Amino acid sequence: MKPVTFREITGNSKGYYMLLALLGLTVAAGLGSAWYMEHNGHWVTGMNNQIVWGMPHVFAVFLIVAASGALNVASMSSVFNKTPYKPLAPLSGLMAITLLAGGLMILVLDLGRPDRLIVAMTTYNFKSIFAWNMILYNGFFLIVGIYLWTMMQRNLNKYSKTAGFFAFLWRLALTTGTGSIFGFIVARQYYDAAIMAPMFIVMSFAFGLALFLIFLLATYQWTGRELGGYLVNRLQKLLGLFVASVLLFVVIFHLTNLYATQHHDVEDFILAGDNIYSGLFWVGYILLGTIFPLIICYAPAFRAAIGWTAAAAILVIAGGLSQMYIIIIGGQAFPMDLFPGKEVSSSFFDGVVVTYSPTAPEVMLGLGGVALAFAATLFAVKILRFLPLSLADAKVDPHHSAQGQ
Amino acid sequence: MSNEQDNTQNKQRIDRYRRKLLGGSAALAGAAALGSGVFFTSIARAKPDAEPASSEVRWGFLIDTNKCVDNCDKCVTACNDEFNLTGFGRPETDAQWIRTVTLRDKKTGHTTRLPLMCQHCAYPPCVDVCPTGASFKRPDGIVLVDKHICIGCRYCMMACPYKARSFVHETIENQKEYGPRGKGTVESCTLCVHRVDKDRIPACAEACPEKAILFGNMNDAGSEIAQRMASEASTEIRGDLRLNLGVRYQGI
Repeated sequence: MKPVTFREITGNSKGYYMLLALLGLTVAAGLGSAWYMEHNGHWVTGMNNQIVWGMPHVFAVFLIVAASGALNVASMSSVFNKTPYKPLAPLSGLMAITLLAGGLMILVLDLGRPDRLIVAMTTYNFKSIFAWNMILYNGFFLIVGIYLWTMMQRNLNKYSKTAGFFAFLWRLALTTGTGSIFGFIVARQYYDAAIMAPMFIVMSFAFGLALFLIFLLATYQWTGRELGGYLVNRLQKLLGLFVASVLLFVVIFHLTNLYATQHHDVEDFILAGDNIYSGLFWVGYILLGTIFPLIICYAPAFRAAIGWTAAAAILVIAGGLSQMYIIIIGGQAFPMDLFPGKEVSSSFFDGVVVTYSPTAPEVMLGLGGVALAFAATLFAVKILRFLPLSLADAKVDPHHSAQGQ
Repeated sequence: MSNEQDNTQNKQRIDRYRRKLLGGSAALAGAAALGSGVFFTSIARAKPDAEPASSEVRWGFLIDTNKCVDNCDKCVTACNDEFNLTGFGRPETDAQWIRTVTLRDKKTGHTTRLPLMCQHCAYPPCVDVCPTGASFKRPDGIVLVDKHICIGCRYCMMACPYKARSFVHETIENQKEYGPRGKGTVESCTLCVHRVDKDRIPACAEACPEKAILFGNMNDAGSEIAQRMASEASTEIRGDLRLNLGVRYQGI
């Protein structure tokens, strides 16, 4: 393996600026949507007193989960000594920060009182998982920032392993906290499950790597930098492993519920209901988000194919968003079981499956957060040396020279 | 009322003694005036303004669903009037602090109606999950939202097992000075804390023509609510959650 040289991307092409402008416009549309929602009140969204968290939360939780997952590539190199991933570690750390920033932008701007962010940052109820998460999110920025610093400043390189280890522990805590937002809710049938925390951790591996792959593959394709089949193949296999792991957790989650009679109703609703959630589960998550990516990642025909790997990543993202929609919206749409064995009706939608129709502003806010994450990443790789000049096999494959190629 | 005289005479005495005395005299007055409106206001004896809420008191409701009449929603109307909870014609987003719920037994077809509001849990999930501490419980068991530090995250609404909370989805006008509301914050039944602190009973209990909603201090063994709870069967909604509710029901 030869030493890897990191360089800023040139970033002066028409395409670069057009992409940045497009992302910037999307961020602006997201901000405008947030202003519109704040100005008029949340009645202009599809959210209501039954579905209290909507599309913004689907995007926000997806991005926050993916942020910790994006750090995985760096962890593979620093914590687990997988040297082929080392050249990708700075980008991995960068995307961990930008994706989290995008997710938090959505979450904060969807608050009923976003102007009170300072209250949220200064007044803590330490029994609240949200309060833990605020500490975990802020700490994540700090620790990953330090980790990036140790990676990118040569005389600090010796500390990068230690920093990477702490960042790894922190990201596990962060995703545990995110999963527990739902796992600790005893009131609702679809939540209240300890498995939510580890399930969110494995989901983060898959979603984070998928977003990382999209950016990596697109950037190397558009900048003309070399990306060898060795690394692509390894990342493909890794993505496949993560997707399979998520499937395992999803299967255990549903089997556990299906075993208990009291959960049959909600399982029937999610898995076999005449509603969008069952469609998203079987088509969005299982078929598009799991089976297709697994075939692409493991079938020899697609081995190391950049286009197919990108397709697998996009499918994993589609499946991941489906999963988030099912958990967040589906979990609220199913009526709470206040009176077991009774049919319930009221003026407040008790006992009925509530409908949710997201409106344009909330979708735009979600997309704005995604755009912010990618715009920040795109800008950062232009001004700082995050990306290796070449990721050719000779640069990253430890056995390359031994094979005499 | 004899309560007023007692209050003056015992002003310097410690709280516990005073409260027992008040409870006892209230019970006596109640026995004399059973069934009258006077009784229902006297039982709600609370505390002087300057005195903080006491953990020796546990305010609550005992609701007899057998008395709940079909198509009657006077408790709901009273609450809406008390806090100016005027809707915007959008049932999905309009606030409801109290609602009537109809239950139908799936096997027998038997129906029951009941008013449902914040259950003022002793261990409220909304207070647990609130990141800023805006959701809080007074020592006397009343669960409230501090509108000054609520950031509108709605996590309490996710966590409440009773769907008791509403988010203010639009600009509010004509608020009552004792019941501040604000767009972008969460709200729910306050157990008419402004009334209770002034020795009055909550608007819903006062409005119920059938006296189905009994308000009182559950910790006071001499109060009617405590005595009825001790002698008659009552239950908590989702008692399996062990939240120790401030609202108990009969007939469900």
